[in-house]
Amino acid sequence: MSHTATLVTELTVLVLAIFLGFEVISKVPTMLHTPLMSGTNAIHGIVLVGALIVAGSPGQGTLVHVIGFVAVVLASANVVGGFVVTDRMLEMFKKKKEPTQGD
Amino acid sequence: MGTNGINLLYLVTIVCFVLALRFLSSPAHARRGNQVGAAGMVVAIVATLLKSGVDITWLMVIGAAIGGAFGAVAARRVKMTAMPQMVALFNGVGGGAAALVALAEFHRLAPPAGRMHADISVAILLSALIGGTSFAGSAIAFAKLQEWIKGRPIVYPGQKLVNALVFGACLAAGVAVVAGAEHGWLLWALVGGALVFGVMFVLPIGGADMPVVISLLNAFTGLAAAATGFELENNVLIVSGMLVGASGTFLTIMMGRAMNRSITNVLFGAFGQVSSSGSTVGGDEMTIRSTTADDVAVMLAYASKVVIVPGYGMAVAQAQHDVRALADLLESRGVEVTYAIHPVAGRMPGHMNVLLAEANVPYTQLKEMDEANGEFARTDVSLVIGANDVVNPDARNNAGSPIYGMPILNVDQSQATVVLKRSMSPGFAGIENPLFGNPKTVMLFGDAKDSVAKLTAGVKTL
Repeated sequence: MSHTATLVTELTVLVLAIFLGFEVISKVPTMLHTPLMSGTNAIHGIVLVGALIVAGSPGQGTLVHVIGFVAVVLASANVVGGFVVTDRMLEMFKKKKEPTQGD
Repeated sequence: MGTNGINLLYLVTIVCFVLALRFLSSPAHARRGNQVGAAGMVVAIVATLLKSGVDITWLMVIGAAIGGAFGAVAARRVKMTAMPQMVALFNGVGGGAAALVALAEFHRLAPPAGRMHADISVAILLSALIGGTSFAGSAIAFAKLQEWIKGRPIVYPGQKLVNALVFGACLAAGVAVVAGAEHGWLLWALVGGALVFGVMFVLPIGGADMPVVISLLNAFTGLAAAATGFELENNVLIVSGMLVGASGTFLTIMMGRAMNRSITNVLFGAFGQVSSSGSTVGGDEMTIRSTTADDVAVMLAYASKVVIVPGYGMAVAQAQHDVRALADLLESRGVEVTYAIHPVAGRMPGHMNVLLAEANVPYTQLKEMDEANGEFARTDVSLVIGANDVVNPDARNNAGSPIYGMPILNVDQSQATVVLKRSMSPGFAGIENPLFGNPKTVMLFGDAKDSVAKLTAGVKTL
């Protein structure tokens, strides 16, 4: 695929993702906005993919590998921390049966 | 594995992420959604390691182990009251990673002049700029939330001009690079400028505006990840980054709306710094009725409906467990108890819900603003715990007030209001609150946790 064609496809994907994002997120109740933030936090940890690509690109100088290494550290912290903390939070949201016996 | 196979695996990741967000529409399956998202992330990582042109190195493995261990420990240890800091921290590291990927990618491609397509260099510059800003801005937000630096806005004359100059310099460096001056130092300078800009952009924003800032930084990091996707021609980064960008933008708009302020006003208004001579009702003229825990205990015990309005003060005092204990006790006496949650109560979107969930309050008892406002008229006692601006009737009545027009919880419509407050000092924003002088309001001064514990003890003796 030519470079321009790739770019056009990417832009198409980008615009569709914007609409999809708004559509899905507008259905999240305000009660869950903190888990939404930390969950999306974990998702932007996807930048780890980029970090792995640059850190693992063969035949590069030390500089690229060092920068890649630091990027991998930061992005891994983001991914693991984001999913773990979101899980911890969502575990707490419970729908107990009401303890009241008539009022 | 071939490119098509890798891209199909990335598609699996995208589907997992969308489902993760979709499952968040109800607390009942939200947790499963998060697990689906994590599985999607694992698929993306495996796919990347299988990609041709990616060597698995020891450096990579060690980096992932260090980062992963840090993330896991931090996420396990953090207290729920410190959640806003945690989110700021993860925003920051994500943004920092995006900026670093941009730097590395630039060094990988740049040396032969003209080798980079314009769109790739634009993507590199954008992810460096946005990622750098997000990293530094999140660091400052973290420091403010952690109270390492003052939560109050830090302002000085000519601030906006200086910020504009720094931002302009970053843009100029970026334009030079796209125009063909592909020097490494220019990109480093741009990242440096972005860091400075990030610091200066968050410094003047006050603690009470943190829900907006954190949402915005969340959006920034998402956009930086999406830009990284363009520079690496990688769809999974574009889609995931943009989903986060959309989410952060959505929350930013929601928070702005909940404060009835435009985003530009939050970001550049240095709220709270304005001494607001516009707000009248001098504090001296207000008659404040202070009361004792025992009196309030009687009010609560013999009420038929009590609404608890939590605010940042409850988080600071870590009083959520005591509040739940009090609510349980009242319920066992047949009192109907609900919680009214203002969208911007606390320091991040949904902050109060998470704290109360931690204290095992069933989410069915948590009422959003509109629903709660329908109930105050038939409420006997509103118990305001460490909230201030979100219950300030000036937002409704006083056109001169800086928060005029902000939707509030109408606690003043209930039969009586009890305000638990540390002292009579005005809230963060330094705005007078006529609710405190309302004849139906009584104040119970002291640390929220102590006061609530005393109330519980008081109700038990009745």
